[in-house]
Amino acid sequence: MSEGSFVERLQTGLWADNPGLVQLLGLCPLLAVTTTFVNGLGLGIATLFVLTFSNILVSATRRWIQHDIRIPVYVLIIASLVTCIELIFKAWFPSLDRSLGIFIPLIVTNCAIVARAEVFASRNSVMSSFADGIGMGIGFTVLLVTIGFVRELVGQGSILSRMDMLVGGDAMSGLVLVDGGWLLAVLPPGAFFCLALAVAAKSAIDRRRLLARHAKMPRRLRQSPHG
Amino acid sequence: MTDHVMKSGLTLAAIAAICTALVATTYQGTKARIAANEQAWLEQSLEPALAGVFFEGSVTESKLVIPTPHELPGRDDVIVYRVFAEAQPVAALFAVTAPDGYAGPIRILLGATYDGVVTGIRILEHRETPGLGDKIVSSRSNWVFQFDGHSLDNPELTGWALKRDGGQFDQLTGASITPRAVINAMRETLLYFAAHRDEIFSQAANGDDE
Repeated sequence: MSEGSFVERLQTGLWADNPGLVQLLGLCPLLAVTTTFVNGLGLGIATLFVLTFSNILVSATRRWIQHDIRIPVYVLIIASLVTCIELIFKAWFPSLDRSLGIFIPLIVTNCAIVARAEVFASRNSVMSSFADGIGMGIGFTVLLVTIGFVRELVGQGSILSRMDMLVGGDAMSGLVLVDGGWLLAVLPPGAFFCLALAVAAKSAIDRRRLLARHAKMPRRLRQSPHG
Repeated sequence: MTDHVMKSGLTLAAIAAICTALVATTYQGTKARIAANEQAWLEQSLEPALAGVFFEGSVTESKLVIPTPHELPGRDDVIVYRVFAEAQPVAALFAVTAPDGYAGPIRILLGATYDGVVTGIRILEHRETPGLGDKIVSSRSNWVFQFDGHSLDNPELTGWALKRDGGQFDQLTGASITPRAVINAMRETLLYFAAHRDEIFSQAANGDDE
């Protein structure tokens, strides 16, 4: 994997190599907590934080870590960061912490994080590992909030409910469009449907772009877009 | 070879030490805030666990801490809130810990009238499996509400167990350790309350609320 510029790394994480949409990593929390926008955002921020710092630490220590102990070292680093973020959530966002429950400590098992440590951070400079962490983290967060937004809208008929869990203050009901909704959306099958639609939408957009680029090319350079 | 093993071990030890320092620093920095949040959450849960009880003043006024060792469940200090109406004791709320949950201790708030009738149970803190054990939480299912109105005479003591254990109360599909831990802690707490009721209500408040 090449180093690339900061912006390129961000684009890779956000779109081309999105951990949720393309690599299909970390699906357990993705499917479980995305019942509302604010839950998705909370877990997304926590994951972004852990991913970025674990990438920085793994990259910074990569010259001293012998190859055969690298996995225990990743586990140590990731577990410590997750414990820290759990304490921080408990201290500053207690109701969000209660809402996300066990999924904050379970970030340890999000394979997207250890995958980035192994595939990227252990082979690249601190700066590009930082960019990779930010890009992948934001890519994951955007997917979480998108699915959360759709499931909340369809399942509960509300938009941005309970934002007080993140910003503090009194309980906020958000924008309530209709009371109650299509329950299936907040149940586990709804999570799979939303993810499937998101993956399909990305593929459709990619295909359309590829076809557009293909059409602009001189005839002799054209390849089948399926190839 | 031994050199190599030695070096790997030392590297791991150094990384572990750094990580421990990081966690310890964060813990020190957040400890006070987390304790305050937990107390606020406990106080918020008090009134919902007192369904149907008429009381005067604030529930938090008469806080009693029962330090370890005690005969109540769990290895933590137990917090009791005594509730009065017209200077007469009417109910008590126990914040106890069920030590034997599936994934660690479960913090429970149990409200009971002076006569030992359950007025409400809330789960304050747990780490049970999402979708299975976490149905003990009032926002996830109605499981905790089945105890309201019951006491040690209703059902008999042997009935204070899950149906699959020969008792009277509903289990949760896919989770048996979690509800069993909660019921056991409730039964023990009610027994303690029945045996030490006068003692609990006559003691001076020793909670550190100003």
